[in-house]
Amino acid sequence: MGLMQPSLPEGTPCFGLLAQFRDPQALTRACEAVRDAGFTKWDAHAPFPVHGLDGAMGLRRSILPGIIFVAAMAGAAGALALQGWTSAVDYPLVISGKPLFSWQAFVPIIFELAVLCGALAAVFGMLGLNQLPALYHPLFASRAFEKASDDGFFISIEAWDPKFDVDRNAAFLRELGATHVEVVAH
Amino acid sequence: MHDDLTQRPPLILGGPDFHAITEAVAAPLERRTPRAWWLCFGVSLAMLSLLGVSVAWLFWEGVGIWGLNNPVGWAFDITNFVFWVGIGHAGTLISAILFLFRQKWRTSINRSAEAMTLFAVACALTFPGIHVGRVWVAYWMFPLPNQMGMWPNFRSPLLWDVFAVSIYGTVSLLFWYVGLIPDLATIRDRSVKPLAQRVYGALALGWRSSHRHWQHYERAYLVLAGLATPLVLSVHSIVSMDFAVSQLPGWHTTIFPPYFVAGAIFSGFAMVVTLMVITRKAFGMENIITLNHFDAMAKIMLLTGSMVGYAYGMEFFTAWYSGNPYELFTFQNRAFGPYAWAYWTMVSCNVIIPQLFWFKQVRRSVPVLFVLSLFVNVGMWFERFVIIVTSLHRDFLPSSWAMYTPTKWEVMALVGSFGLFFTLFCLFVRFLPIVATAEVKAVLPQADPHPAGSAHPVHAEPVEA
Repeated sequence: MGLMQPSLPEGTPCFGLLAQFRDPQALTRACEAVRDAGFTKWDAHAPFPVHGLDGAMGLRRSILPGIIFVAAMAGAAGALALQGWTSAVDYPLVISGKPLFSWQAFVPIIFELAVLCGALAAVFGMLGLNQLPALYHPLFASRAFEKASDDGFFISIEAWDPKFDVDRNAAFLRELGATHVEVVAH
Repeated sequence: MHDDLTQRPPLILGGPDFHAITEAVAAPLERRTPRAWWLCFGVSLAMLSLLGVSVAWLFWEGVGIWGLNNPVGWAFDITNFVFWVGIGHAGTLISAILFLFRQKWRTSINRSAEAMTLFAVACALTFPGIHVGRVWVAYWMFPLPNQMGMWPNFRSPLLWDVFAVSIYGTVSLLFWYVGLIPDLATIRDRSVKPLAQRVYGALALGWRSSHRHWQHYERAYLVLAGLATPLVLSVHSIVSMDFAVSQLPGWHTTIFPPYFVAGAIFSGFAMVVTLMVITRKAFGMENIITLNHFDAMAKIMLLTGSMVGYAYGMEFFTAWYSGNPYELFTFQNRAFGPYAWAYWTMVSCNVIIPQLFWFKQVRRSVPVLFVLSLFVNVGMWFERFVIIVTSLHRDFLPSSWAMYTPTKWEVMALVGSFGLFFTLFCLFVRFLPIVATAEVKAVLPQADPHPAGSAHPVHAEPVEA
């Protein structure tokens, strides 16, 4: 996905549909209905993480903790290797009569580097999984969507969803209590 | 109105809706720069220039300008370093530890407390950075391959400290920025000026409030909090080992790591209170940063202040009980020697004055709390001064005894570090959302998708997407 390009396949008529809901309760209920109707290329937008929406949208658990764990362990192993190799192999120096490979003294930096690598993996892993930064997105063309970071609650259904149909889906979203439905262009 | 489940009073007063929170937080960024801000910024910048002058002369002339020809000559520099690192700890405590403990009241103050951490760490890093003497070889502190074929000594707490503090700064920056992303998107969506749209737009990384993003985001935030919590405890423990691992009486004690961590949290909360009193008044955020927040922070100061007081007492007990004459001499010298004034300033500010926090009227009176927080700030600076100077100015070898007085360059560096801190803080309150709006919205009662009494069914198990 390019930084400035929308990611839609060629030939789709529009980006999709955007529907606004009144509050977190309405959004949660609508998400459950959209999930149960079998849509896959859709999303919910809220100014804060609405509690329980993961389940209502049918999202799988984030794989981020696994990525972070691997990165943190790599950081720890790297720190041990760096300290062990420099202290015992490349530049052996007896300090206060301690063994060259005095691993107990290496623990603080092992810990610190594990934390550093874990934190970097958490941030950049999160951005990677979210495909951010993506400074352009078709939804930004919608005026109503500016409320998504303020007090608006939205569902967007993208045109490449197999069940996508502008008229039928718009009626479906209105049935679910959408206060505003619009077609979003490319 | 009470939360139905927990019967707790609401965290945000006045029952605002989501939009009111956005307005309250975004308004200070969008109105014309107030004259008072220019005044504060000007004074801070003037103080910062003192740091510039002092450091420039230091680099030109060398550490001799600090009077560094005896064991105690570097006292001011490291006092300032430990003071500033300690200040930072409250920010991480509020943002990470209280997050893990689900203390939702933190949401009103965590953003500015994290900013404070970041700026305090910037001030702290200045001091060990400039005190190495030959600054052009400061990179020797890091394990970089070099033409001498040498590596740093990984068994030294001084090297652990390089890692601990620089990683602490990095992780604090990441944590703060991740928290900022959704709020930067809020500001971006409200901006009307093209420059603001571009700058906030770029900084927000294209955040579109997507729940598929929120899901990874919340996970990242939780793990960052989980990583930052042991990190913050390790940082001041390692700083304390700079002292405790040496053989000097007054430093060589096992109580140092927990004692330093408690002191760091204590001083940090005092600084948070000082800053919050000013900020909430200046920006009219009395319903977001409430008296309940000050009450809770005062209780934490009471706890950590008492822990510090216990450590002061226990040090004396150990000095006597150990039967070690050098240890006993150091502590007698500390309390009754030439620096007794500094010692008793420290005890008054850190142990005696915080006992006023037992009284609810004191905890809930903003002016009183403000004055007391200033006392704690002063007291905790003196704690580091006492630890360094009184232990070092009369050690084993009487021929190297000396009295310590700071030179004007050292005083300028201290004043200048406050300038650096307040300059950064002024820029922060002017250009960034000082309250975590997304988090505050999430703790409002109407954010709950299943309010008590609603007939909404329990969720089905997640299905494969």
